[in-house]
Amino acid sequence: MNNIRKNRLKDQAFKIWGIFCTLLGLVLLAIFIGNILIDGILRIDWAFIVNLPSRHAEESGIYTALMGSIWVLLLTTLIALPVGIAAAIYLEEYSKKNKLSTILEVNISNLAGVPSIIYGLLGLEVFVRILEMGASVLAGSCTLALLILPIVIVSTREAIKAVPKSIRDASFAMGASKWQTVYHQLLPASFGGILTGIILALSRAVGETAPLIVIGALAYVPFAPSSPMDEFSVLPIQIFNWITRPQHGFVENAAAAIIILLLITFVMNGIAVYFRNKWQKKFK
Amino acid sequence: MSEENSESIIESSIKRKYKLQAKDVKVWYGDFMAINNVSMDIKANKVTAFIGPSGCGKSTFLRLFNRMNDYVDDFKMGGDINIDGKDIYDKNINVELLRKQVGMVFQKPNPFPKSIFENVAYGLKIQGLKDKAFLEERVESSLKQVALWDEVKNDLNKSALALSGGQQQRLCIARTLAVEPSIILMDEPTSALDPISTAKIEELIYKLKDKYTIVIVTHNMQQASRISDNTAFFYLGELIEYDKTNKIFTNPEKKQTENYITGRFG
Repeated sequence: MNNIRKNRLKDQAFKIWGIFCTLLGLVLLAIFIGNILIDGILRIDWAFIVNLPSRHAEESGIYTALMGSIWVLLLTTLIALPVGIAAAIYLEEYSKKNKLSTILEVNISNLAGVPSIIYGLLGLEVFVRILEMGASVLAGSCTLALLILPIVIVSTREAIKAVPKSIRDASFAMGASKWQTVYHQLLPASFGGILTGIILALSRAVGETAPLIVIGALAYVPFAPSSPMDEFSVLPIQIFNWITRPQHGFVENAAAAIIILLLITFVMNGIAVYFRNKWQKKFK
Repeated sequence: MSEENSESIIESSIKRKYKLQAKDVKVWYGDFMAINNVSMDIKANKVTAFIGPSGCGKSTFLRLFNRMNDYVDDFKMGGDINIDGKDIYDKNINVELLRKQVGMVFQKPNPFPKSIFENVAYGLKIQGLKDKAFLEERVESSLKQVALWDEVKNDLNKSALALSGGQQQRLCIARTLAVEPSIILMDEPTSALDPISTAKIEELIYKLKDKYTIVIVTHNMQQASRISDNTAFFYLGELIEYDKTNKIFTNPEKKQTENYITGRFG
């Protein structure tokens, strides 16, 4: 009897500890968001979004950084999407399962764990210097595309792998080639999953700071970029810059910019969750 | 191939009553020998049933005829498989064309997550056929052949996944028929279905053999005896006995066959 009571006690103890651990992250995030909201929410108005940066905190806006982020996001998508999906299709459907492909796979997963500043150094050397792109939107996008490529590849592979084997069998048995099976069956069926992975990868890219600082993205650019070869800034760099200023007005600006950045990533994650749920229903 | 040569092959295939011929076929998965020296001739426009306990190699053997084992990573084979006298493992064979001629129906109904129409038209569309009137006509005639047309004619644009299991399996057969194969391979086509759907499929198989050569793998002994003309009994990768279904089920030559069909093992 004693033993049973002891076990029940342990069970309860673990349950409470588990609840504590689960809430820990959430509570801290809530405190952080609360703080930021108090500091920054009143600062957000239309002028804050459309104003160019300025020496005066109250006249300063995020326009150039926001436009820079949007430019970088779009170009990164254009680069990472076709490359990542093609690599995933190759690894999942075409490559023979042998030692070489195992090494490739392990290394792609490893790449996802490489610190982002290393990608920055790589980008600086390859894109900025060797390919002479300069500290441009294009160089930044190429760097971020490399950074998120492993995530895109891994999540795309998972999505393709989740398509039941019976669909592949049926398609091949109808006389479809590999490419026809990929194009007509696997890609449409895994579309939601692929999209989810890509959006999550991009929401990581939009928050990256270190690699862009390394390649020379500037905290102060007078105008929003109008071509891929223009200099640029992005929201996280703008936030970093404002945070380092001593005047109180800039701290408010930083908080307000953080709210905007968080909003962007939350919306992107929300879209990803929406597509994942919609897609999961398809096979049930 | 010269014209004379090709004509003589057509001629001989008309004379030849064997549609499929396997000679000294061996199959390995890595080191495991799944098929050991099987030779058999399968007659045109007949239903041939493969029976045997799980793991005896009957499905592996069936999948040799449309080369579905090609995608298994460590698959190796020896011997010859001929269809209409042509070696289908020759390196000049176009596998996609072969599979147009040799259709397959699987154990679990596996319609594509697309509309009913798209499912049936798939085989034609991937061949590059786009003419709408032609596709519509072929979809209708295929669905009629499997007696599904009246049930779905108003819902052709609805998802195939909304159909019942039995309807899905008939849809899969219609999808196979749409590309007009001459051989249909069926890998336990009714094992996931209820008795009423099973009866419908069996009736269908009986009707289809006028136009097609049918090879069916089944775990259901009664099914084999009901629908097949010839039956082959496999055990541990070997072909133990192959004869008229009647003979196999009433007076088998081998003791192992008798033990299996009377339910003493398997």
